[in-house]
Amino acid sequence: MSLSLESLPSKEQELADTDFDGPSSRRSPVPLAWISAATIVAVLALWSLASNYGLVSSLFLPSPAAVYQALKGLAVVGFVDATLAQHVGASLLRIFGALAVAILVGVPAGLAIGTSRLGKGILDPIVEFLRPLPPLAYLPLVIIWLGIGEASKIAVIALAMLPPVILSTATGVRSTSTDHINAARAFGASRLQVLRHVILPSALPSVLTGTRIALGAGWSTLVAAELVAATRGLGFMIQSAAQFLVTDVVIAGIVVIAAVACLFELSARLLERWLVPWATRT
Amino acid sequence: MSVLSLNNVTLRYATADHRSTPVLASIDLAIESSEFVVVIGRSGSGKTSLLNIAAGFVAPSSGRVCLDGQSVTGPGADRAVVFQDDALYPWQSAVENVAFPLRLRGIPRRERLARARDILDGVGLQEAADRRVWELSGGMRQRVGIARTLASDPRFLLLDEPLGALDALTRSRMQGFLLDVWQRSGAGALLITHSIDEALLLATRIIVLAPNPGRITSEIATPFGRDHLAGTPLPEIGGSSAFRRLHDELTALIHAEDEGIAA
Repeated sequence: MSLSLESLPSKEQELADTDFDGPSSRRSPVPLAWISAATIVAVLALWSLASNYGLVSSLFLPSPAAVYQALKGLAVVGFVDATLAQHVGASLLRIFGALAVAILVGVPAGLAIGTSRLGKGILDPIVEFLRPLPPLAYLPLVIIWLGIGEASKIAVIALAMLPPVILSTATGVRSTSTDHINAARAFGASRLQVLRHVILPSALPSVLTGTRIALGAGWSTLVAAELVAATRGLGFMIQSAAQFLVTDVVIAGIVVIAAVACLFELSARLLERWLVPWATRT
Repeated sequence: MSVLSLNNVTLRYATADHRSTPVLASIDLAIESSEFVVVIGRSGSGKTSLLNIAAGFVAPSSGRVCLDGQSVTGPGADRAVVFQDDALYPWQSAVENVAFPLRLRGIPRRERLARARDILDGVGLQEAADRRVWELSGGMRQRVGIARTLASDPRFLLLDEPLGALDALTRSRMQGFLLDVWQRSGAGALLITHSIDEALLLATRIIVLAPNPGRITSEIATPFGRDHLAGTPLPEIGGSSAFRRLHDELTALIHAEDEGIAA
């Protein structure tokens, strides 16, 4: 389902566009969006063919139509005692709860790393320890500590989100221009004023980038976090559907997860364009 | 009348092999708030270090920086700094940038923006006020940056090659602008440059800095900046015989310094 992701206009694609179809090519190039659309159509066609002619058992690969029907059923009737909206809502609540925690903890931590030697010395090893750990590795420990309720799910997602938020904030702080800081100091700004009026706004574009990466990291941790003792949520929905071999719901759930991830990416980019236009202009 | 003085200031940088390189050697320089002092020297003469010490960004290795006889140890609102790159804040509009020094003093938003607008009007930048900084041209940005120093009402303007990044045509217009701002501010100015023409057009006094280590080798007084403020257009000044005579003299002074190195 990464296909739908590729139809997003990303920086890399724009770059590829100028690199290979730039002024040197005489013919007007086929728009990238068309190629991507054609890929999606081709995959859907192959998928339909395979399931219509019984090449693959519908237990393994239900037809696109069946998945569409499953989606409709999910939206109206629901699955395991909750409608699709309720599953999505439960997952979003966890994701944004975790994001709030990650920002509240991560931004001050990033500021500490970026502005003080002491802060860097204390926090760097912790972040470097946490960063490469797969969330599934610490999930059992978090459950021992926080129980099987909402708190442990939010904690696991927040832990996955923390490193990108912290590291991006620290990078943003360190990239603050010396002239910007010196100008404020020459106008008589105190250390706190420099932090608030110069360093924080300078770091904002980087913090937003970190938030975007964190959303991705958190979303991919969601299914793991919802494996244990959840009664709602997209990860839980897929998991229970798989246990009953309701493959069409599994695939529908995956499609929804991918679609929500796309929406995150799009809205994060819009937010960047709106909040930090000086950093996103090309 | 305020005086900004550097008393027997030296600066040494530590090098990798635990020795230290002298950057500035015993600089004595006093600037009154009625003056426009231009420090001219080639790269490596330590002129930016000299300005950074005067601004309080860099502590001298020995010697003192004094304002009206009082020793100062860090940057402060009494000495505004203009950088080669405008150092405007891109997250603020032009008028918000100009209001920034007032914001630091806790002046309410409505009042500080009104005052910033007056400052921009006064220097002919009213059309830039509500634009985003990154929508402005390089020359316009630098003019807003210079206007911003007026809001902090400093006693001294420290200008680190403020026109260095601009093209030649913009540069000549900016020189008149700088003189205008200097006069409005009522502050003393210390400007760093490596352009002989610029030094002659702007300065009331020119300091020649020689490299290795940076030291003052000569100083000359010039009348042209004040002539311009009195009404003589800059091109007329640049074409006058008095200007050419001082130009030759200053060039000779800088060449003498070169021969000093060769010998």
